[in-house]
Amino acid sequence: MPVKVAEEWLNACSGCEISILNTGEALLDLLPHLDFVHIPVLIDHKYFGQTGDKTVMEIPEAVVGIVSGGVRNEEHKHVAEEMRQKVKILIALGSCAAYGGIPAQANMWKNDEVFDKVFRHCASTEPSPNPEHPNVPKWTNSCQALDEVVKVDITIPGCPPHPDWIADAIGALLAGKTAWALPERSVCDTCPVIREKKSGGGPIKRAFTNIDFDPEQGLDKMRCINEQGFLCLGPVTLAGCAGKEGVPRCVQARTPCRGCFGPIRKGARPMVDMMGALTSVGLDPKTVVDRRAIMNRYIGGHGFLAPLPARPAR
Amino acid sequence: MGKVINIQPITRIEGHAKVSIHLDDAGNVTDTKVHVQALRGFEKFCEGRPAEEMPRIVCHICGICPWAHHLASSKATDACFGVTPPPAAVKLRRLMQSIAYIGDRILHFYFLAAPDFVIGPDADYSVRNVIGIVNAAPDLAKQVVKYRQMTANMLEHFAGRAIHPTLSLVGGVSKPMTEAERQEMLPLAKELLEFSKFTIKFAKDNVFPKYLDAIKTIGVIKVGYLGTVTADGALDFYDGHLRLMKPDGAYDDFKYDEYLDYIGEWVEPWSYQKFPYAKKWGQLKLDLNDPVGVYRTNCLARINVADKMATPLAQKELEEFRAAFGRPAHLTLLYHYARLIELVQIAETAVQLLEDPEITSKDIRAAVTPKAGRGIGCVEAPRGTLIHDYTTDAEGLITNVNLIVGTTHNNAAINLSVNQAAKEFIKAGKYDQGILNKVEMAIRAYDP
Repeated sequence: MPVKVAEEWLNACSGCEISILNTGEALLDLLPHLDFVHIPVLIDHKYFGQTGDKTVMEIPEAVVGIVSGGVRNEEHKHVAEEMRQKVKILIALGSCAAYGGIPAQANMWKNDEVFDKVFRHCASTEPSPNPEHPNVPKWTNSCQALDEVVKVDITIPGCPPHPDWIADAIGALLAGKTAWALPERSVCDTCPVIREKKSGGGPIKRAFTNIDFDPEQGLDKMRCINEQGFLCLGPVTLAGCAGKEGVPRCVQARTPCRGCFGPIRKGARPMVDMMGALTSVGLDPKTVVDRRAIMNRYIGGHGFLAPLPARPAR
Repeated sequence: MGKVINIQPITRIEGHAKVSIHLDDAGNVTDTKVHVQALRGFEKFCEGRPAEEMPRIVCHICGICPWAHHLASSKATDACFGVTPPPAAVKLRRLMQSIAYIGDRILHFYFLAAPDFVIGPDADYSVRNVIGIVNAAPDLAKQVVKYRQMTANMLEHFAGRAIHPTLSLVGGVSKPMTEAERQEMLPLAKELLEFSKFTIKFAKDNVFPKYLDAIKTIGVIKVGYLGTVTADGALDFYDGHLRLMKPDGAYDDFKYDEYLDYIGEWVEPWSYQKFPYAKKWGQLKLDLNDPVGVYRTNCLARINVADKMATPLAQKELEEFRAAFGRPAHLTLLYHYARLIELVQIAETAVQLLEDPEITSKDIRAAVTPKAGRGIGCVEAPRGTLIHDYTTDAEGLITNVNLIVGTTHNNAAINLSVNQAAKEFIKAGKYDQGILNKVEMAIRAYDP
């Protein structure tokens, strides 16, 4: 018997859904075992009946529910609650659902300030009142992770999550398991670069130059990006971005990690830990430009980012 | 007292929208609205960010076309700091954009749009989807999955990430391509070109002819077009100038930094999405019979504004298309056809770039010094023209951002197309899920 699955996206970009499709042939193998009862990106099941005549939102019952995106408005909240009621196991897919994600950067401002910019201070926009209409859902107070609104059973983080883990988690559920989590390792644990536990010192460099490497050689011949004096969030970020095999994907592009898989374990304070990691290789964490935003880039939910009384720290 | 039909959520599109259709007492359509319900606030939360971080922040605007935002942002930051990336860097940016587009086009045609055509617009929703396609044409579905995965693998293998990339940076790119990588990718690009040729032939032989009626009736409107062309009028996805064409085919050409003279954005209380419009044509008027200021973007717009395609096979396809539908072609469902003509061009472009030895040059990053400036970067995303407009301070931190992105340009046109489709199909209070799906097909054509 195929397992019933419902999928929804909230405050999301659809990258998670594309990542599901990027599962490729593994997806074709999984499909016969899955019965999608609701998934707006692929299937035309509607909330209020197929001709919109019902008055109450209804998502069909399913064993597994997958939700990407955080909660940013009243409708997201409503959909999250409906999903929670209708599914046995709820999966938070991707870093927006897990931690708030990039859109939670907006938590550094009050909602009014964001709306004021968007509708009254954009160069091409004719200054207008904020949209207000029954069909335009009101913003919630902040951009939240899914588990701040409903109970979540399984979290598959990443921006986007790697298809390997999506297939792995779903495979585990099909095998009768009810829990799944990525192992608690750091990106550095899976990064093959050379580390000498020291850097050249000086202020932390911005990405105005490329990092130093020989393109004909593998990453095992390249020096650690932090030790080259750039900010790389590998030390405080959960490993797994390249799937079961493979090197961290930003490092594969010869660019530093920005923490898209989130903290290594629940309750960690990545910003504090990262300051320690920089200090330990002889770099001054105070010289990171735009420190607060950059170190919380994907994790601004859970109260990590909130408006400051004055201008946000750089 | 009439009634309101709500279609929610709009499905097989990217994002959150709802259609409301208002009927009078006799059951005829009086008004329709497409409500876009999501707002994230990128223009605000990018303020204060270091400009060099922007290409890896704003790519998250869209998980289907992150490369387009990544590159528009790179070009805007290049312009803020006044740097010109070396030729090989531009070629690598173009190559990644091309490969990403191929994957995107395959996805939209086969997974999102095809169910309406292959399974049928009136089929039950439970089979009118990609899983229905997998069951109806398993061998083709396998091919589709294989080639989509190929594009993702090519991007990941070279650039680390297929979704939300980091390769492109102010002044160039982060790594050069080795000769071995070029040799590995070239045959794959050739395979993608073959599959692209197969796809447009398949569509022309098996899909479009059966739906000529639908093409002539669903979402039909007559408005203007916006796209990017090179100095000699060829369609280009990465660079050139903007061309804004009136419904009758007359056009204005302008540079990126003149966009504010031509495009304004209107706000309606019933949608978070703004309504860009062609300022010089008058105040925006969302009237099906007499629209003012409305223009469209995305593939049909691009092939309408371009004098020609940039590559030989795509040019042949364009000639055949124009012989059948003229220039500009207005029928909304022709977006599906236009999308595949573009698919041929970008696949040919990918092969050309990989055959160019300069793409392996080690000179891939210009020297960058942060400074106060303003930069406007545009590229053509699958869903239309992206305009990224940034201002930086002396430290190279962002002080102001304006974004007009892909589908937003199409907001007014989508509203008109929905209005047309609803009026065409819903009469005397009669409607069913097949009819409402035809209204949605008017939206889906735009691949929003």
